[in-house]
Amino acid sequence: MSLSVNLSIARTHLLSRKKQSIVAMLGVTFGIAMFILMISFMKGVNQFLEDIMLSATPDIHIYNDVKTDYSYSIAGDYFRDSNTWTIVRHPKPKQINLNIKNPEAILADLKKDPLITAISPLLSTQVFYNYGPVQLNGYIDGVHINEEDRLYSLKDKMIAGSTQNLLTSSDGILIGSGLASKLNVALGDLVTLTTPIGTTMQFRVVGIFTIGIATIDNVKSYVNLSNVQQLLGQNSNYITDINIKLKDNEKATMESGNYLKKYGYKSDDWQTANSSVMASNLIRDVLTYVVSITLLVVAGFGIYNIMNMTIASKMKDIAILKAQGFARKDILQIFLTQSLIIGTMGALTGLLLGFALSYALSRVPFPANNSFVSLKYFPVIFRASYYAFGIFFGVMTTLVAGFMPSLRASRIDPVAILRG
Amino acid sequence: MSEILRTENINKFFYEPDPFQVLTNITFRIQQGEFIALVGKSGSGKSTLLYLLSTLDTDYEGKIFIEGHAVTGLSQDSLAKFRNDHIGFVFQFHFLLPEFSALENVMMPALKLGKYKRNEIEERAFEQLKQMQMQDHARKLSSKLSGGQQQRVAIARALINEPAILMADEPTGNLDSANSEIVMEIFEDICKIKGKTIIMVTHDNDFAKRAFRILELVDGKLMI
Ligand SMILES: Nc1ncnc2c1ncn2[C@@H]1O[C@H](COP(=O)(O)OP(=O)(O)O)[C@@H](O)[C@H]1O
Ligand SMILES: [Mg+2]
Repeated sequence: MSLSVNLSIARTHLLSRKKQSIVAMLGVTFGIAMFILMISFMKGVNQFLEDIMLSATPDIHIYNDVKTDYSYSIAGDYFRDSNTWTIVRHPKPKQINLNIKNPEAILADLKKDPLITAISPLLSTQVFYNYGPVQLNGYIDGVHINEEDRLYSLKDKMIAGSTQNLLTSSDGILIGSGLASKLNVALGDLVTLTTPIGTTMQFRVVGIFTIGIATIDNVKSYVNLSNVQQLLGQNSNYITDINIKLKDNEKATMESGNYLKKYGYKSDDWQTANSSVMASNLIRDVLTYVVSITLLVVAGFGIYNIMNMTIASKMKDIAILKAQGFARKDILQIFLTQSLIIGTMGALTGLLLGFALSYALSRVPFPANNSFVSLKYFPVIFRASYYAFGIFFGVMTTLVAGFMPSLRASRIDPVAILRG
Repeated sequence: MSEILRTENINKFFYEPDPFQVLTNITFRIQQGEFIALVGKSGSGKSTLLYLLSTLDTDYEGKIFIEGHAVTGLSQDSLAKFRNDHIGFVFQFHFLLPEFSALENVMMPALKLGKYKRNEIEERAFEQLKQMQMQDHARKLSSKLSGGQQQRVAIARALINEPAILMADEPTGNLDSANSEIVMEIFEDICKIKGKTIIMVTHDNDFAKRAFRILELVDGKLMI
């Protein structure tokens, strides 16, 4: 009963100064709307970059890292004598092979792992692409194309030809779109590759792909694994890398640690391999929260001010209510309710405005030349949890901002005011 | 006749701006149904005493009993409840809530008390206003009423919860003589017909004489 009187008093107070109430509400509306817009957009950017990154990075990459250990020299063995210092100046690295030893055993073992959905062994080498007088630096990956497709969904990224063409030709090559246009080649054209060890081979273009990242599309090509082994003069179990796709890529860090222990080869998870992208994601997240919280604090001060003004103008009413038997907690309730109503209405309209703005942004074409990023519209994510967060933030802000003034109102001494 | 209000040795001090004793050894009893006029020169402490009796001011020495309850020392919240139920208060400046209608103002203490349903409360409030000849103005915003009308609404509000005691601090102090007379007549009716106890502060000697009994304060001391 007394709750409903308090509510009706709160409502009357709000309605009797509509303009102020609306201004206070708009503060919250704006804060929440910006929060929704920023988080939807920033998370969209993060998601977009992560997708792009994952379309070029395996969940786990196992490879033989170049180790150049200069701490040991055969000279030390020769002059084995406790009174002698042996100093070797400018040692040269030993001849090292970057391949993974015993790949069949490792691949067989990985196939048993239930967390893995795809494994692609590959042999990568730097090459020069020759087409007429043009000579471009780049690299080729020798792969089993179907395995590679399971990792990166290459089929979806072909803009000409198909991945299957590689299986049916002995000298096929899938070429990056940027590279193709630089070399000015089309399907059916021949390109000549030269390896660092001087071997040369001609390939026929059977497909052109676009990953969406210029630094890949401009330099990379796929050919059959056996072709590269042949080019490098190696046998059929010579591979340099194993790329792995997991069911759940959040487990990559843990799994990659296991592989390092088990096989003794360097094993990078996708987060480590893309730590700069992960860092910029983190920065965007922090930025989102800093800006949103700043806006909400400003909105909170708005409410704090308006509640203080209201209470200052309602001192007499508070004294009368107290004289008639309204207790402190009733007065607290009357004024806290007002700021809660302002906050809730502000937060709700903020969610609507935030949704409208994010939706509008998601329909704005992305102004970039398509060779750099494959993005049609600004990336925006719509997720219920952001909206739940927004309303929670909005209501909390107003509760906190309204609490101190309301508490002061509840402590007003009615006698001092009634005396006049 | 039973005793409805009693004070024992009330002393009150103000410390600002200079320490001084505003009330000294106030001891008296009031019987149920009495109409008391509290008189004295301006500054003699009448309002201060009335605020103590109404439990709004709790900063004093001595004891106050109302309807057998020792109200001295009760918590703020229980005093609020007590006031709501037992005491009606009318101020000199007919304080109404300006954003509410006359009827809503009258209903408010009853809604707070919560003894009756809302529609019953509305009926009772309307009845109270009728007795003050204010039924035609029930739906008007209280800030749109004249001073005399406002004071009658304030009296209706003070009576809505059927308090045993009605306290009024110079209820006619701000009214012209015609309105003052109306208010005085209402008070006399309340006392005679409804048997309410009334404590009224006034500096009008003619009105004071119409009370059963006069308590006079001189420099914070009660003259017998
Ligand atoms: N809050 C206060 N602080 C200090 N002195 C006060 C305060 N309220 C009233 N007084 C003083 O107490 C005395 C009694 O005041 P009051 O009870 O209002 O007198 P009355 O109602 O009889 O005119 C006056 O001298 C007044 O100035
Ligand atoms: Mg006075």
